[in-house]
Amino acid sequence: MYVTYERSRGALSASLHGEIDHHSVQSVREDIDKTILQERPDEFKLELSDISFMDSSGLGLVMGRYRTVTGIGGTMSVVNPSANVLKILNMAGMDKLIKIEATERKSKR
Amino acid sequence: MKSATILNKAIKEMPVNSFKCEFPAKSLNESFARIIVSAFVNQLDPTIAELSDIKTSVSEAVTNSIVHAYRETDIKKAQNVYLSGEYYSDGKIVITVKDKGCGIPNIKEAMQPLYTTLPSDERSGMGFTIIASFSDKLKVSSAPNKGTTVRFEKRIGNT
Repeated sequence: MYVTYERSRGALSASLHGEIDHHSVQSVREDIDKTILQERPDEFKLELSDISFMDSSGLGLVMGRYRTVTGIGGTMSVVNPSANVLKILNMAGMDKLIKIEATERKSKR
Repeated sequence: MKSATILNKAIKEMPVNSFKCEFPAKSLNESFARIIVSAFVNQLDPTIAELSDIKTSVSEAVTNSIVHAYRETDIKKAQNVYLSGEYYSDGKIVITVKDKGCGIPNIKEAMQPLYTTLPSDERSGMGFTIIASFSDKLKVSSAPNKGTTVRFEKRIGNT
């Protein structure tokens, strides 16, 4: 898995690519936190349209980043999760805590 | 006739296909385990959702063994994860993930949603909950310092 960033005005968007599991989160966790703390965005978006697989390690990844972002006073949303990813996010009740949105870019499925 | 029926019931159905493998308890083998199980289950032509549920369940069980089982054991001992699978003529798939690690002292507690011994590592504690909800049947057996076996079943092609 790897991560790419996009910055527009007050928002920072991090797009994840590949598979999210316990092995792969280790490499991106710190990188994303570092970027958030550097950029200090008002709004942080975690773009998941290019994630082909996610297990419960993804829940930790989302929650951890949520803590980092809210810790500097920002808001967070999860963008374009696939059906499988959404199922896991909802099972853990993430949708009650974090805004989950689908944009028109979701043309992949 | 009656005795034939009884005999039929007594014979345990043989799986149509099966596999067994073992690999070191290293985190890069989490994706390896998913690929093995995907390739095996694909023989039954599952839907994307069915395959995804099974892949996720395997990932949870294998990750548990990799993260927890050998945490405090002697490095000289083989630290392997044992993965096996079977499927039957009715579409029932049985996956077993086994380790010879520290074991789970309290299985009931470990299976509670959000229960984790490693919150600092961002472990969500949702692993068993996810397997339980994504499969038809889940059985966890464990003994201290002997190891843990996670066995789950899922029947595909129900609809």
